[in-house]
Amino acid sequence: MILLEPRPAPSRLFSLASPLIAIALTLMASAALMAAMGRDPLAALSVYFVSPFQDAYGRAELVVKAIPLALIGAGLAVCFRANVWNIGAAGQFTLGALAAGGLALALPNAAGPLWLVPYLLAGCLGGMVWAAIPALLRTRFNANEILVSLMLTYVAGLLLDLLVRGPWRSPLSFGFPQTRDFADAFALPVLVAGTRLHLGLVLAVLACVGLWLMMTRTLKGFEVRVVGAAPRAAGFAGFSEARTVWFAMLLSGGLAGLAGAVEVSATIGKIQPDIGAGYGFTAIIVAFLGRLNPLGAALGALVLAVSYIGGENAQILLKLPKNVTGVFQGMLLFFLLACDTLIRWRLRLRRAGEA
Amino acid sequence: MTATPLLEARRLTKRFGAFTAVDGVSLAIAPGERHALLGENGAGKSTLVKMLYGVLQPTSGALFWNGEPARIASPAAARARGVGMVFQHFSVFEALSVAENVALALPPEPIRALSARIAQVSQAYGLAIDPARAMHTLSVGEKQRVEIIRCLLQSPRLLIMDEPTSVLTPQEAEALFQVLTRVAAQGCAILYISHRLDEVRALCDAATILRRGKVVERCDPRASSARELAEKMVGESIGWVARGDAARPGPVRLGLHGLSLPAPDPFGVSLNDISLAVRGGEVVGVAGVAGEGQSELFAALSGEAPVPQAAMVAIDGAPVGDKGITARRRLGAAFAPEERNGHAAVGDMTLPENILLSHHAAEGLARGGWINAVAARGWSDRVRAAFDVRADGPAPPARALSGGNLQKFVIGREVLREPGVLVVNQPTWGVDAGAAAAIRRALIALARRGAAVLVISQDLDEIFEIADRIAVLHHGRLSQAADASAMTPERVGLLMGGAHPEAA
Repeated sequence: MILLEPRPAPSRLFSLASPLIAIALTLMASAALMAAMGRDPLAALSVYFVSPFQDAYGRAELVVKAIPLALIGAGLAVCFRANVWNIGAAGQFTLGALAAGGLALALPNAAGPLWLVPYLLAGCLGGMVWAAIPALLRTRFNANEILVSLMLTYVAGLLLDLLVRGPWRSPLSFGFPQTRDFADAFALPVLVAGTRLHLGLVLAVLACVGLWLMMTRTLKGFEVRVVGAAPRAAGFAGFSEARTVWFAMLLSGGLAGLAGAVEVSATIGKIQPDIGAGYGFTAIIVAFLGRLNPLGAALGALVLAVSYIGGENAQILLKLPKNVTGVFQGMLLFFLLACDTLIRWRLRLRRAGEA
Repeated sequence: MTATPLLEARRLTKRFGAFTAVDGVSLAIAPGERHALLGENGAGKSTLVKMLYGVLQPTSGALFWNGEPARIASPAAARARGVGMVFQHFSVFEALSVAENVALALPPEPIRALSARIAQVSQAYGLAIDPARAMHTLSVGEKQRVEIIRCLLQSPRLLIMDEPTSVLTPQEAEALFQVLTRVAAQGCAILYISHRLDEVRALCDAATILRRGKVVERCDPRASSARELAEKMVGESIGWVARGDAARPGPVRLGLHGLSLPAPDPFGVSLNDISLAVRGGEVVGVAGVAGEGQSELFAALSGEAPVPQAAMVAIDGAPVGDKGITARRRLGAAFAPEERNGHAAVGDMTLPENILLSHHAAEGLARGGWINAVAARGWSDRVRAAFDVRADGPAPPARALSGGNLQKFVIGREVLREPGVLVVNQPTWGVDAGAAAAIRRALIALARRGAAVLVISQDLDEIFEIADRIAVLHHGRLSQAADASAMTPERVGLLMGGAHPEAA
């Protein structure tokens, strides 16, 4: 029988290096996977992990992919720190896109940059409303927020489908399930000409830095950390667990909704069934890769963005299926959690006779 | 002793990292012997016993069972050899019956046959218990009986009792001794772990005294006085706690008026009509065995569990029953709960961060929502200096501190606020003698400076050492507080067992 024993003093160095070890292991396992699929492993890995950096446009695209991941991941880092497990960021992302997109579609003649403000706020609000459902059920009925938030993701997906195939479908779409294009007032401005790098970058940086300051310097962040680490000590400190659950859910939901609004505004300009691209789930990996630290989430978002762009390149250049990207991301989370576990615990073999 | 010892340990050593908990201890227990293992908290008693019971593996040294080298790899292996152990803090399934709880620890057998065997053993040893009763209806003493019966059903050759009387009233302890005497008369050896010398002298015929992981003395406890044993156990004269006279009693600073609160969960204790007035200048002790409502009373006093009516709790005359803990702190009250880890302190957080836990609002360490880290660090440094809290570095995590040092920090953190009302639960639980004396002195000194101090404790010696008045908690009811000089351990013991005040 194999036992897991806590290590007396887990190494701090290894705890910090855990993401790097996990990335290295993912690369090795990916190489083996490529070889098994009959590709030259080195060539395939270079398409995946080197080609995204080769030109300025590619590097800008990396950041564009990282923006929604960082926005969602920073919120989730705070949420997970509170020991609140919002797994439904994908659904909150969708609701944010729908709420903001609904506003944009309702105002086809809007003009002027100020319209972006209500547009982005609507996105936040949409995500918060969707996150409020698991928060309410958890605080009122002690329902598990993991299950509720996860299941609401599928509800959100069906709602999106219903709208873009039904009432919101553009009359000019030749039957394709998509809405009309948003008015130009709702397009986030591009920061660097010749790329798609947009204003969302500023929002993502603000969110990561702001949440990092909150977690390290303010009483609110302290409250979140205490509730997550020791609920009874939180009661002793006068912090309410229910209030923290609400705060963590609304914060992470609002940021996921904001990411949804930013994404449809900046890169698509309309709503269609595949707006999410799995950002809501990938952001969970981002949060863990960033050691549940909002600044770390920014780095984690860049790492995961590489796998997205590399995956697109591999589809084109190597004719590899799109799902390989998901396999990479899954392996990364797997290795990361395995490293974390083995850094805090050790394996011990026990013979059957010892009982 | 000429016969082969039943269990012999030779030069047993256990190291945890750089810390040597048990250092070359040799010990021999003869069949039928009642052997006491004496020592202060932290002397290495529990570590030694865990090695004998297979919970821990020794770093070096050897064990012999009936003269044969033996390796005890797990508690199951220990039980197979005939070693039974009753833990100090045993865990039971509250929702199951007595027989079902016992069945979980034994090889499968029909519950009816087992119930019959339980009844038989409880008859034979005078351990009255009904196998069909639900566990949560039993008192702690009765639960302990179930644990003993569970061990006896396995026909042990050696029964290990870890601080068994810490959860019992004096009368229950007396009954336990009779049971243990009967068990020993049947030929079963007993290893009895305690730091209570009178018990050991009454029960045991051999003693091994541990200090800082080493054997300092082997003796016959009946041939030594309690004082001699104590000196060997402690090794140096510990600070004596001078209570002195209560200052002229000041105004009532903490008032409880008919405090009632339903149990928070099916296995909790409800508080019933508790009234008490604690005046400035005095220490009031609340005695009682474990699980009689201490945690619930503390939560109601601290505001972690606000009570329905504001008037039930008053701090300096202000009704606060419906207020939370932060509001009560702002009125000058301070609190120190029983559990250090995860309640009074967060292990993974630094000491300055742990200062914030109770001081963030009451001492204004987070004005405008921003943490004043410099001020928190200053508080932490002052508490460490004033209470001799030993730890490395300017901001070590709380879990790096030993139990005694962390407890001094937790108590010192509150005392240094100079609160008008201080409520502490189990102030010296699991703390070494030096730290315990320092904490008790600080509590008395705080009261003499004019604060009302309420100490909830299961340690009767502690209550008598520091309290000016004593009340007893039983089944969520509090007896009238009486002057400590008018109370005797016997009288308190009767009240702890639920006797009516007039009868006591």
